[in-house]
Amino acid sequence: MPHQGLNFDEPLLFELPPESCGVDLPHPPKVQDRLGTMARLNPPALPNVSEPRVVRHFTRLSQKNFSIDSGFYPLGSCTMKHNPRLNEQTARLPGFSNIHPLQDIETVPGAVALMGELSDFLKNLTGLAHVALSPAAGAHGELCGMLTIRAALHHHGHHEKTVVLVPESAHGTNPATAAACGFTVRNLPANDGGRLDLQAFYNALSDDVAAIMLTNPNTCGLFEDDIIKMAEALHAKGAYVYCDGANFNALAGVVRPGDLGVDAMHINLHKTFSTPHGGGGPGSGPVVFSEALAPFVPLPWVVGNATDGYRMLSTPTDEAAHATGRIKAFWGQFATFVRALTYMKSFGTAGIAQASKDAVLNANYIRSGLSDVLHPSFDGPCMHEVLFDESSLKPLGLTTMDAAKGLIDKGFHPMTVYFPLVVQGAMLIEPTESESQQTLDDFMVAVRDVLAMSPESLKHAPQHTPRRRLDEVRAARTPVLTASRRSAPQHV
Amino acid sequence: MTRRYTKDHEWIESLSPTTARVGITHHAQDLLGDIVFVELPAVGKAFQTGAEAAVVESVKAASEVYMPLSGTITAINEALIAAPDTINRDPEGEGWFFDITLENPSDLDSLMSQDQYQTLIQG
Repeated sequence: MPHQGLNFDEPLLFELPPESCGVDLPHPPKVQDRLGTMARLNPPALPNVSEPRVVRHFTRLSQKNFSIDSGFYPLGSCTMKHNPRLNEQTARLPGFSNIHPLQDIETVPGAVALMGELSDFLKNLTGLAHVALSPAAGAHGELCGMLTIRAALHHHGHHEKTVVLVPESAHGTNPATAAACGFTVRNLPANDGGRLDLQAFYNALSDDVAAIMLTNPNTCGLFEDDIIKMAEALHAKGAYVYCDGANFNALAGVVRPGDLGVDAMHINLHKTFSTPHGGGGPGSGPVVFSEALAPFVPLPWVVGNATDGYRMLSTPTDEAAHATGRIKAFWGQFATFVRALTYMKSFGTAGIAQASKDAVLNANYIRSGLSDVLHPSFDGPCMHEVLFDESSLKPLGLTTMDAAKGLIDKGFHPMTVYFPLVVQGAMLIEPTESESQQTLDDFMVAVRDVLAMSPESLKHAPQHTPRRRLDEVRAARTPVLTASRRSAPQHV
Repeated sequence: MTRRYTKDHEWIESLSPTTARVGITHHAQDLLGDIVFVELPAVGKAFQTGAEAAVVESVKAASEVYMPLSGTITAINEALIAAPDTINRDPEGEGWFFDITLENPSDLDSLMSQDQYQTLIQG
């Protein structure tokens, strides 16, 4: 594939032809060679290019990256919202950016106070009692939450509780986490309305159930109406409710998960609270906990309050005698905490509620605007994301994949496709509150244009990308995992 | 020889009064799309009805293959590992997954007939 326009086809760094080296290294001093036969005969085939070529290499690669800064990014359950630049400004304040994780915690009271304030904000929004800030991202938060639940069960002598209930539509990380924590997964079916089947839930709720892991709203973009009934039934059995907080952007400021009976929930600061993700920055997945689980939360804890001040508890003292051990080195993704708290404070609780409502409104705007050409999988309004399926495409001779590839040619990043698995040919669209009505209208025009194309031409989409439609079978079956290495540079 | 079906789109066919062969249906492979990976159970392993016995992965999704009836694995179709596309090509023949000895051979009658399965997938 040659260069097209000013779209450069960039080889791997290892495949670039050798040039003069970018740095001049002094010859090593003469020392006695003690390697004997272990000594390397040829120099390693390291890249050998000049500084300007290296700069172009990485700049060109960065230009290939599609991000929320370049365009509408409607991936379902990903909450690709705008990352306000004010967040970046505060994260770069020298008092935050120049501190070191190995510094004595006594020397950074401001950082501890920021973490305390962030914890309070999360507790207020969720109506829960305790926070573990350190988990590195959503799935790590799940691990933190489920290890805490296991610690609580074992503390109370409930070793017989080994089963975790997981809905069919769950994110794949949920059953994976349960299994990683030593639990057995029991799947729960959905009803015709796309929500958990309450009767099936009651049938599955035996004495060996440790917890449920559910997402609310679920991955069909629907609120689990029976969550309070389920939580009550679980609590009556001595079991816990873990909520996957990936979709908190539908509820933040409007519904407090603690009021629904949730015992533990991770919060993706990189989704709901606007910090960069999807290749743009580290995730961060603090977990909030109910009173029942609070004693078992992994260290470190930020304790105290705004009036009396905050302090960091990092060792299992009497105050944290039952705390689960650390699950991450140091204190968590601190720079992400700064960004998230900036977002929270610039919006305020009322502003966060408005953002959630706007996110739900935008998803429903797309739902009603496209429902004559795409089939919404479930009746009634959706939450912050809308799920369509393939049934309206089939009569046209099209698949979900065709529609997604066609959108790329129209200048739009596709939605999440083929997930959740509970409907056929899923298309899950989450516009977030960041997008203007104009963007949503343009997107819907693009979807209509794509569906009006002949199956013939759409099968060849995308046409305007450096690579055309990829052979996914070959990519999965015979991936090329090594660079086509050039021969070792001949220099001394 | 009787071929029976499950709601999870497995087929099971008796090979003798106490043994049977298991695979996934044409409809299942059609939903999955191009299959790129298969994980088969160990011979000698016993599973209860509904337990996850194998995994099949396509370009769209990874999916479990459930044990249609309780029994013990006696043979697996190792050719699928190198050529998982056989399942797309001939799901109800060469693309079989494994053979089992049935714990309760009479349970076979509790599963769906071909007509019942056709009604299910058209519904």
